[in-house]
Formats: sequence, C-alpha cells, structure tokens
Amino acid sequence: MTKTPRFWRENKNRYNLIGVKCGSCNAVYFPSRIICPDCGRKSMGKMDKFKFSGRGTVYSNTVVHEAHEQYEMQKPYAIALIELEEGARVLGQIVDCEPYEVQIGMKVKSTFRKLGQDGKSGTIYYGYKFVRERE
Amino acid sequence: MEIGIVSYGAYIPRFRILPEEIGRVWGLDGKGFGKGLMIEQKSIAGPDEDVVTISVEAARNAMKRVDVSPEKIGAIYVGSESHPYVVKPTGTIVAEAIEATPDLTVADYEFACKAGTAAIQTCMGLVGSDMIEYGLAIGSDTSQGAPGDALEFSASAGGAAFLIGSKDVIAKINTTLSYTTDTPDFWRREGQMYPSHGGRFTGEPAYFKHIVSCAKNLLGKCGTKPEDYKYAVFHQPNGKFPQRVAKMLGFSNEQIETGLLVPQIGNTYSGAVPLGLSAILDEAEPGDRIFAIAYGSGAGSDGFDIAVTDAITRFNRKAAPTVREIMANMKAIDYATYAKYRGKIKLSCEE
Repeated sequence: MTKTPRFWRENKNRYNLIGVKCGSCNAVYFPSRIICPDCGRKSMGKMDKFKFSGRGTVYSNTVVHEAHEQYEMQKPYAIALIELEEGARVLGQIVDCEPYEVQIGMKVKSTFRKLGQDGKSGTIYYGYKFVRERE
Repeated sequence: MEIGIVSYGAYIPRFRILPEEIGRVWGLDGKGFGKGLMIEQKSIAGPDEDVVTISVEAARNAMKRVDVSPEKIGAIYVGSESHPYVVKPTGTIVAEAIEATPDLTVADYEFACKAGTAAIQTCMGLVGSDMIEYGLAIGSDTSQGAPGDALEFSASAGGAAFLIGSKDVIAKINTTLSYTTDTPDFWRREGQMYPSHGGRFTGEPAYFKHIVSCAKNLLGKCGTKPEDYKYAVFHQPNGKFPQRVAKMLGFSNEQIETGLLVPQIGNTYSGAVPLGLSAILDEAEPGDRIFAIAYGSGAGSDGFDIAVTDAITRFNRKAAPTVREIMANMKAIDYATYAKYRGKIKLSCEE
C-alpha cells in the first residue's frame, strides 16, 4: 500500500525539523504532540509550532548491518538518537562518515536526504538525516 | 533598477572516483583518459542523494548568508538534466524545504548543462519587471555516462543556487544574452537511463561555436575587452575545453583558474558554471568584474557580464561553506561502490 499520504502529511515537519513548544512549561517536542505530557489540559491550545536548528549531539548510537531492503545499498550504516540543542531527542541516520566513527557526544547537524521511495514508479520521500559537524 | 545576485550557495556530494579506477574496470587507459580530459577525479552522489537533495542543500546555504524571509521568494526555477521525477517538479520540494511555499511560481528547466543559467535569466526578468521581489535560480545535476563510455570519466554531481533580486545586490548582472541553435551534439530520449552523444558534433560545431559566438556578442554589447575582467568562467565538460576557449577569446589562465573546478570534481552539468561562479564569489572583492559563459548541448550558450558591488563587504559569506571547503570534504570510492550507489546494479527487491 502506498505511503504517500502519510509521508505527505508530515513533509513540512520532516523537511525542516518542525515540532511544537508547550506554551505552559516551554518543553519542546519532536514529532509534534497535541498535548504536553507534563502539563496535560493546561497545555491545550498552547502547543505552538517550533522549528529546531538541526544541531545536536549523539545521545546513543548503533550500526545497522541487517538493513531494510531500501537501505541495502547503504549498509552498514549508523543510526543515532540525537539530542537536539533545544532539548528534544530524535532518531536519525548519520551519513557522510564511517559508521564506526560515530560516538556518543559527537556534534551533528541535520541535512536533507532521500529517505525512501514507493518502489521505482512511486513517490520519493525526503527528510532529515544527520552529518558530523566539522570544526 | 540594479538586478543581480543577492546571495549564493553551493553543494557537492562527498564521494569521488578516479579515472584510473574507471579505466581498470573497462580495460581502458584511465590515467590517460584523465590526463587527456584534465580530470583527476569526479564527484558522485551518495545513495540517498539526488538533484532534489543537492538543490535543497545549495538553496539552504544561499539563504543562510542573508536575512531574507523565504516567503519573499516569488519564483524558484531548478535547471537539471537529471531531475528525479519526469513528471513532478524538483522545485516544489525545494520550495517546501526552504519554507518558501505557497505564494510563488515554480518550474523545472532542462537544457543539458545550461539549465541553471537559464533559470538565472528568468529570475532576472521577473525581478526586473517587478513581478517578484526575489527569485531563486538553481543549477544542479547527478549526471551519468553509460558504463565504459567516455562520458563516464567526467559526468559528476553538484549544484549551486542564486538568490536574484534588486536589494543589497552583491554582484550586479550588467548584461546577459544567449546564443542558441538546433545542434544534435548530445541528448537523452525519454525512458533512457544514459545519454548519447553525436560524435563529430561535439567540440567545434557545438561547445566552441556557441561559447565563442555568445562571448563575442557579449563583449560587443558591453563594449568590453577580456582584460577588463578579473575573473572568467566557462562551461567545463573537461579541463581542456574551457582553457582552449579562454585562449581563443583572449582570456588568461589566471582569469579562469578560480572558477575552473572540473579537474577536482568533474563535469557537474547544470551545476558547472553556477559552481564556478560561486567559487569566484567566495573570494571576489568590490569592483571585480566577472565574465561567465555557460553552454548546454542541443545547443546554446548564456553569457553574463557581472560586477561585484560594495555590498559584498557587508555580506555574510562565512555563514555557509565555500566551494573549496565543500570540495575538501571528500572520500574516494572504488568502481563497485560507485556502481552500487548510482543504481548500476539491479537488486532482486527492485520492481
């Protein structure tokens, strides 16, 4: 079944790392939430759009050797939990460096890459991945 | 009204392959090919990179250098011969990714290696006629040559984006003109993976005729001589052609060396003159004059007479990496990896 509608709905967020900020406690979330889990009903109607800078550090990481078929060409590749500088944590692939170079605490920034496609005749999905931030 | 470049940004994928590695696979003298073409290595897009991702990265680098709201961009044109979709514009994805949607016009261009400069001309027209405040023109490609073909030694990947406007112009485009004929030197038919080239049409009746004619017309219209320019950049399908055409027109090696990137990255097609011009803007100073001539097979040339303004001293060039800084982040790969990354190997999971 095509994933086009699901991806399309989240394009803006996925292209530009857009999440939300709770107007009650200022906590930031990615992906977006309708209600802040800490503030509950106090946050209703106060979850505002928030754009992350894309900069962050590796919180935890691993190397994938048994890949999804769309990532066969890229294995082995690094996946990491990134702590964004504004606070939220996101899962993302680290590209443009050797997978075993990735270490906890490494500074990264987001980049725009192809995430997958609906077969050879379907739509192509794009979004964020991360690259090492070079000094 | 002063129309010109308000900002620019570049992007080149990280991977490289050497001509001797290509020659090793096909039983050819790769080193000899590389020497003849003056190409030491060429850039290759990664498995998750295409014209959309290259265009977005270049556009974002351009927008980082200026304080212009993307909502003020009234047009985006992306020139490429390797758009990932045949039907569905690259430009709409770029527009969404830089948050310029929805109040703008978008279209993709194709004119072999000069579609990016055609995009600059369109944006100039729209800004000049006051239809838009800013236009974004992008030239970007992930070009491919058929395995074992001479083009495989040069066809590479990269792109650059130019924000065209009339406020805080860092490089004023004094004059632009084109020279166009129906010449069958290079083409790719619908559904074909690799392009074909018309042998004897390459060179004299194509590249040289169009660039020389366009350049002479431009010099005539501007009333200038080659020595009036600090920099010159010509389309660079290999290292030899731009050097030869520069000499034919009376430009020196010193004038073209800053914008001559082909020895290190190969022929980036629609990205070639835009990247060369970006490398020049990386170091240009107020008062410098730039002469740029693109060439696209099929065939045509777009020429530009550009003057760098005082605004470049206030321009935040450091907010994005220079072309040569981007080029320095590289990794050489072997032919097998290159074939894998560029879809030259068919997998059983593919439809």
